[in-house]
Amino acid sequence: MPVMNMIQALNSGMDVLLERDEDVVAFGEDAGYFGGVFKTTDGLQAKYGADRVFDTPINEAAIAAMAIGMAARGLKPIAEIQFADYIFPAIDQIVSEMSRIRYRSAGQFTSGCVVRTPWGGGIRGGQTHSMSPEAFFTHVPGVQVVVPSNPYDAKGLLIASLESGDPVIFFEPKRIYNGPFDGVPDKPLSSWAKHPKGEVPDGHYTVPLGKADIVREGEACTVVTYGTLVHVAEAAAEASGIDAEIIDLRTLVPYDIETIAKSVNKTGRVVVAHEAPRTSGFGAELAAQIQEECFYALEAPVFRLTGWDTPYPHAHEWAYFPTRDRFARAMKTVTEAA
Amino acid sequence: MSNGETRFRVPAPPFRPGEEPDFSHLKLPKAGEAKRPDPTVEGRETQDLALGLVGVLDHNHQAVGEWDPKVSADVLREGLKHMVLTRIYDERMLKLQRQGKMSFYMKSKGEEAVAVAAAMALRDDDMIFPSYRQQGMLFARGRDIVDMMCHCISNSRDNLKGRQLPVHYTWAEGNFFTISGNLGTQFPQAVGYAMACAYKGEDRIAASWIGDGTTAEGDFHGALTLASTYRAPTILNVVNNQWAISSYQGIALGDAPTFASKGLGYCLASIRVDGNDFLAVYAATQWAAERARAGHGTTLLELFTYRADAHSTSDEPSKYRPKTEGEVWPLGDPIERLKQHLIGLGEWDQARHEQLEEEMTQLVVKSYKEAESHGTLHEGPLAPTQTIFEDVYAEQDWRLKRQRQDLGV
Repeated sequence: MPVMNMIQALNSGMDVLLERDEDVVAFGEDAGYFGGVFKTTDGLQAKYGADRVFDTPINEAAIAAMAIGMAARGLKPIAEIQFADYIFPAIDQIVSEMSRIRYRSAGQFTSGCVVRTPWGGGIRGGQTHSMSPEAFFTHVPGVQVVVPSNPYDAKGLLIASLESGDPVIFFEPKRIYNGPFDGVPDKPLSSWAKHPKGEVPDGHYTVPLGKADIVREGEACTVVTYGTLVHVAEAAAEASGIDAEIIDLRTLVPYDIETIAKSVNKTGRVVVAHEAPRTSGFGAELAAQIQEECFYALEAPVFRLTGWDTPYPHAHEWAYFPTRDRFARAMKTVTEAA
Repeated sequence: MSNGETRFRVPAPPFRPGEEPDFSHLKLPKAGEAKRPDPTVEGRETQDLALGLVGVLDHNHQAVGEWDPKVSADVLREGLKHMVLTRIYDERMLKLQRQGKMSFYMKSKGEEAVAVAAAMALRDDDMIFPSYRQQGMLFARGRDIVDMMCHCISNSRDNLKGRQLPVHYTWAEGNFFTISGNLGTQFPQAVGYAMACAYKGEDRIAASWIGDGTTAEGDFHGALTLASTYRAPTILNVVNNQWAISSYQGIALGDAPTFASKGLGYCLASIRVDGNDFLAVYAATQWAAERARAGHGTTLLELFTYRADAHSTSDEPSKYRPKTEGEVWPLGDPIERLKQHLIGLGEWDQARHEQLEEEMTQLVVKSYKEAESHGTLHEGPLAPTQTIFEDVYAEQDWRLKRQRQDLGV
């Protein structure tokens, strides 16, 4: 089976979608001829033509609106927002429009599309190229929110997202585009070639939305996370010797409460983790739901391991980022709580 | 330090309540003066049209000049009928709102030609991305009046299941997109829709409407950018009815001479049109549609008109503009002008007009009785309560299923 990094896997996913269905189009700033600033759409314009894969003006609201209009006419748009930090000009089109077209028209119109966007930090991107704005969108009825953590899932989730018929905000953890990251700063990059999920079939397959993946089974505590931090959690479990069960959420809306509850009921101890700031982060939703579902099984308070309630700092990136060592301390705290 | 020069200006309307309105400062070009270029003209060559005013009906109600679309009397009578119906419908619905039958209402008085003439000049399969004041288009496209009313009173037959404020219509069958209350969002969406039509090799076009105030939104400029970049088969309409709730048009216009002129910077064909002149709106829309269908891209139309009544049932215009302002509006009333034109042609008379008004009144009264038989907002029946959890997604996920159970429905 071919080995791909996440960029190649996402490219392959779009290739499959474009190949199979003429209604699929892909567009974004620099996404056409150049193939995107991360090269995720590389080669697709040459293969499918400029009316199917094309560059857009720098106007994220217009990009989202174009996707809505095209979807209303039956196309299946894949829109790229160059960085998740740049998605805010599009927020009215996403929150007030894209998310509600099906609802407010009582099903007469739909706005199925994928809004792909590179997400998260750990790349020395500073405030404006490091954000994890997923919680803004998990609060919006009508959109689904997906964050893959490896090449295999990235492709399968991307295909499932576009085929779902509803809008999906698809956050791509750019720190792990080229290889998994163990949360130890400044180490040489690992390669997806050494990771089992770096093997990606060429053709069509899906990874279902709404289904989490247990990437490590364990008994001592449960870790619920997504994106880059899945790999950091795995490294922390290994480094600390704590037998953590690690759940890769994959889809944040709708999230897989069944898998989470089953694990927490088993371990009684849980860390929820994300890079985004703590207050009103997605971890707050997870913590609240976990206490509703599993209150009597809990042996310790739910631990929220997150970025701080600050903008993403440039020079002190690793003081902000939930590193392997912070992760290990969080696991230790919940497992040692009386 | 101050040099006394650095000030900012807040534009103010020429007249406020208590003042005598007088629009003689407008210096509007006369009907028939504007040249009609070939619809394939370069966008940048439409400067005179963007700064001028396309009008067909002169002060004697005769059709003059190159823009006369020369439509048959039957078409004119049909247009008149839709406009009269729109006005009577609006009056009736406003009264019903005052009686508590619906939560909210917005009339389109004075702007009936903007909606009706445009819908009639377009093809029925052209896609409409309206704002909330183009109900006349629904009449022109033959939507069932009872259905429209059922939506407004949010009853069990509301095709939107009670999810939208009154007048925020949706009618996919009539190629009428779902209306948003967020201003201007439909403008760039229409361009996307038009691009999709073109991609699919169809010769359908998309048209959208916003108000003068909404041109200040980023989505206006986003739409014009997309339209210019992709040469999409679109008509983008700015209905300049002079008032954005209480803010006069100068608050959005700034120092630009006309709203149409804002299209020139994007090299879009840009035309200011007498929005109270049925024939001018019809002709300009036809021109823009022909241009779009011929692959020459988008036209920006400014429909110069006057909002003759309140913004909605939530404001009182006498608090911010003179009560008599609408009466002295120099471009008159769109229904009266078309009526006089038809009378002048010998194709209409006062008795027939009164008969039409009577018929339309009866139709509206009868339709409302039928609509009310399907329920009202306050007394029901409404769409079943569990429908609030439907259509959020194609499939209900566990959260919505549980929340529905929590509500006990």
